[in-house]
Amino acid sequence: MQKRSIIPIVYILFLMLPIYWLVAMSFKTTNEILSGFSLFPQTFTWENYTTIFTDPTWYWGYINSILYVSINTVISVTVALPAAYAFSRYRFLGDKHLFFWLLTNRMAPAAVFALPFFQLYSAVGLFDTHLAVALAHCLFNIPLAVWILEGFMSGVPKELDETAFVDGYSFPRFFTTIFIPSIKAGVGVAAFFCFMFSWVELLLAKTLTAVEAKPIAAVMTRTASSAGYELGLLAAAGTLTIIPGAIVIYFVRNYIAKGFAMGRV
Amino acid sequence: MKTVNQKAWFLVLPVLFLVAFNALIPMMTVVNYSVQETFGDNLFFWEGLGWFEQILRSDRFHAALGRQFLFTGLILLIEVPLGVIIALSMPRSGFWVPICLVLMALPMLIPWNVVGAMWNIFTLPDIGLLGYFLNHTLGINYDMTQDPLAAWITIITMDVWHWTSLVVLLAYAGLVSIPDAYYQAAKIDGASNWAVFRFIQLPKMKNVLTIAILLRFMDSFNIYTEPFVLTGGGPGNSTTLLSIDLVKMALGQFDLGPAAAMSLIYFAITLGVSWLFYTLMTKDDQK
Repeated sequence: MQKRSIIPIVYILFLMLPIYWLVAMSFKTTNEILSGFSLFPQTFTWENYTTIFTDPTWYWGYINSILYVSINTVISVTVALPAAYAFSRYRFLGDKHLFFWLLTNRMAPAAVFALPFFQLYSAVGLFDTHLAVALAHCLFNIPLAVWILEGFMSGVPKELDETAFVDGYSFPRFFTTIFIPSIKAGVGVAAFFCFMFSWVELLLAKTLTAVEAKPIAAVMTRTASSAGYELGLLAAAGTLTIIPGAIVIYFVRNYIAKGFAMGRV
Repeated sequence: MKTVNQKAWFLVLPVLFLVAFNALIPMMTVVNYSVQETFGDNLFFWEGLGWFEQILRSDRFHAALGRQFLFTGLILLIEVPLGVIIALSMPRSGFWVPICLVLMALPMLIPWNVVGAMWNIFTLPDIGLLGYFLNHTLGINYDMTQDPLAAWITIITMDVWHWTSLVVLLAYAGLVSIPDAYYQAAKIDGASNWAVFRFIQLPKMKNVLTIAILLRFMDSFNIYTEPFVLTGGGPGNSTTLLSIDLVKMALGQFDLGPAAAMSLIYFAITLGVSWLFYTLMTKDDQK
């Protein structure tokens, strides 16, 4: 058992190396970065972070990203809950086809949809709003949320529903006060996945925004190309994008193992 | 047993509406472009299936498709066995488990362009940790902007770094669901480690591994941002995967017709291979 644990340790070290390098870079001055290799920051500086927190284009990038990710997570989970219930409890005309069709949307390359999405959201007047990105991300997050929640709901015995209906609960009341609390873990995991995929996606988010709702990732791309090669600043911005993910993952840490199996073990 | 209830459709309607809005309208736009020719000014001419023929015959498409299959094949061959090995060697319970899982999941929560930028900084020949180590400590000549092989090794390593954890977490979820009694029975029978893996652990992981392979296939086949930020498709065209080529064609050259036709062929291939994987892997369950 002791010898075996070498493998995960080596693997985690391999995962941490590029992250360490990004963080180390973010504390170096541009001069130090360009002047040569150093394993640790020689002249430790907060300058890169100060720049980000004082320049509105930078920090609004973060706020924009967090806004559309949150809107997307709320929409995806809210509409996925009743749908997942329908798929897990009932048979209805075309249910299997519908389920498969939903999943095929996760297979569509975002690159395929970039231009049509731009035209669609311009046509409905939502271009450059947080809602546009949030709705566009529903394309792949809703199917995923339905898939995960359906797995968790199928694990809840049907007797729970039947008993509640015999006791005179109406469907909405049963669903919100009894059923959803009984799959809390599933809701948490689904929300986590929606957050994750909306947070890391860039292509659609960049296509659908210009100024008002510009995501942090797009601000970074612009800086990388226009302001020469400010590696330190770029590294600091990158480091900051890791933090929200780390916070969210900390909250679901006890559900991760089961959640990743989507209730289907 | 599920009961037949057509009213369940009402529960599905919001999902149907939102996904259809995002999927069907853009898809119809793509279909529309794929059969027309445009010279700008919103003037369109009927082109029929011409673009499809052109794409299917073009060497450029064949080359990009070949690179895409090579990339996806390689990362599946590396990530799936590696993920299973790591999951097998993790402790089943204890203080370290949640910490390991959180650390392992971390790369998946980093925005894709940051992953590309991070690996760029990491591999810069003279000032990146890996680049410096290879060039100056080991004396290997490594520069992925010049050498196609180095570029390939870098994008594969990056993807292994980024996504192996997904396989680990799924496989691990399958493993922890095995009751201890199974292992005790195997011990009494004197089963070898290999037998335990082959007849107890692997069957229990089958469902989750199916999910892992499908997700890894779909996502790696559609990969765009990370290699684009890291190599930009170069040197030359050596790492121009399908999505990168598609975006070049659609937004770079604004060849909407051929790009739309290519999108549809691309989507059809993804769909077809996913279906094939799914049918092959769940074949035994049907019997």
